[in-house]
Amino acid sequence: MRIEGSVLLASLLASGLALGAAATELRGTGDLGVIVERATGSLLIVDTTQRRVIDRVEGLGDLSHASVVFSRDARHAFVFGRDGGLSKVDLLTGAVAHRLIQGGNSIGGAISQDGRIVAVANYEPGGVRFFSTDDLAPVAEIPATMGADGERSKVVGLEDLPGNRFVFALYDADAIWTVGLDGDALPEVQRFAEVGALPYDALITPDGRYYIAGLFGEDGMVVLDLWDPTAEPFRILDGYGRGEEPLPVYKMPHLKGWSVAGDRIFLPAIGRHELLVVDRATFEEVGRVAVHSQPVFAIARPDGRQIWVNFAHPDNNVVQVVDVPSLAVVAAFDLGPGVLHMEFAPKGEEVWISVRDENRIEIIDTRSLERVAALDAESPSGIFFTARAHRLGY
Amino acid sequence: MPARAAASALLASLVVLPLVAAADPTPARQSELIHLLRHDCGSCHGLTLKGGLGPPLLPGDLEGLPQEALAAIILDGVPGRPMPPWRGLLPEDEVVWLIGRLQAGIDDAD
Repeated sequence: MRIEGSVLLASLLASGLALGAAATELRGTGDLGVIVERATGSLLIVDTTQRRVIDRVEGLGDLSHASVVFSRDARHAFVFGRDGGLSKVDLLTGAVAHRLIQGGNSIGGAISQDGRIVAVANYEPGGVRFFSTDDLAPVAEIPATMGADGERSKVVGLEDLPGNRFVFALYDADAIWTVGLDGDALPEVQRFAEVGALPYDALITPDGRYYIAGLFGEDGMVVLDLWDPTAEPFRILDGYGRGEEPLPVYKMPHLKGWSVAGDRIFLPAIGRHELLVVDRATFEEVGRVAVHSQPVFAIARPDGRQIWVNFAHPDNNVVQVVDVPSLAVVAAFDLGPGVLHMEFAPKGEEVWISVRDENRIEIIDTRSLERVAALDAESPSGIFFTARAHRLGY
Repeated sequence: MPARAAASALLASLVVLPLVAAADPTPARQSELIHLLRHDCGSCHGLTLKGGLGPPLLPGDLEGLPQEALAAIILDGVPGRPMPPWRGLLPEDEVVWLIGRLQAGIDDAD
C-alpha cells in the first residue's frame, strides 16, 4: 500500500495537480472563500487563515458582476454568472460539480433557509428560477410579468427569508414580490405594486424581518415588514435629496444586510455623496455621513463598529472607513483604480479588498488599519467567504 | 412606460448635436477607452455589452439609431434613468470614436 500511495502521489504531482493535492488532506471549509476573476471567467479559491490561493477554477463563463452563495455545509459555492450560467463548485476539489445556462442574463441569487433550493434572479427572461442544490435540477419558475401583454421585468434584490421564502423587486414594474416554496406545493406568490420608481437593489435586515429597497427614480426608499403578512410597504427617507439636483451616478450602489450596524442602518444615497443613517427600530433618519464620492458599498464590520465604503467611477480608487459611534470618517485608503468589493473575515479582524485594475487583492487589518498582505488575482471583483453560508440575506 | 417606448420618446426629444469628425484617439488612449467601456459602462451594460440593468449595446441593438442621438445620450445622460452624463469625463471626439466602435462591434479579445 505504501508503494501504491507513493506512485499515486508521484503521478498526481507529475500531472500538474499539485494544487488539487490539498483535497487529499482532511480540512474544514469555514475559513475558505472565493474571488471572482471577472474578465477571465475564473474563480480563485482562497484560504483566509493562510492568506493564500489554494486553487483556481476556470470555464465559468461571463463572470462580470458575478455573485456567489454557499451550501449550508459550506463546501460548495453556487456561482451566478452574468450570462445566465449557474455553476456549483466544490471548494475542496476545485471541480465544477454541475453547471447549466439557466437564463440569458442574470444578476445574482440566493439559497433557501433549508439549503435545498438555489434561486436565481434574471434580467432576461425577467423572473426568478429555482433549482435543487443537489444537481441543479429545475424546481420552479416565477416569471416577473407585468401587465396583460406578458412583458417581463428585470428582477433585482433577491434575498432568502425564514420559512423557505424569498423576496425580490421588479425593476421595471415598481413592485416587490415574495414567494414561498413549501415542499411540492406550487410556489405561493404575494405581490406588492407601486412601491416606488425603479427599485434597483435591496437588503433584508439580519433577522429577516425587514426588506429595504433602494429606488433610483425617487427620493426615498421603501420598506416591507415581512413578519406581518397584512402589512403594506412603507416609505422611509422621503425627500432625502432635499430638493437638490442629484449628482450623476456612474455605478449603482449595492445593498445587502451588511449595511446594518447595531441599531443603525447605513444606506448609500443615490446622487449624493453621503451615507444615510437610519434607526433600525423607527426607520427615522438619525444622521448623515459626508463621504468622498457616490458610495457603492457601505459594509459594516461584523461587530458593527466600522463601516467601510467604496465609490463609483471615477473615484473608485478610494476606500473610506467610518467610525460608527461618532459617525466620523477615520481613515481613507488610495488602493489604485477599480476597487470593486470588500469582504470581512467572519469576525472582522481583516478585510479583503479587490482592486480590479491593479490585479490585486489587498488585505487590511481593521484595527491597526495597516495593509498586511496582498494577493495576485486577474481583474478581481466579488470576494465571498464561506461564513455567508449561515447568514440570512447573504 | 416600457423601456423601449421610453427610449424612443427620449430619442425623439433629443436635441441633435452637430458632430465634428476628429482624429482617432492615440492607440494607448483607445485601449483605455475600451477598458472603460467594458468595465465601467459594463457595470450596467455588461462586460460583453449584452446588457444588464442597462440595455445591450451590441451592433444589432444600435441599428437605426443616429450617431448624434447616441452621442447625446452618452454626453448628457438620460433624465430619470440611471444613465449618467459623461460630459466632463469624456470629450466629444472620444465619445464619437466609442460609438463607432460599438456600431462596428468589439471583438471580445480587444
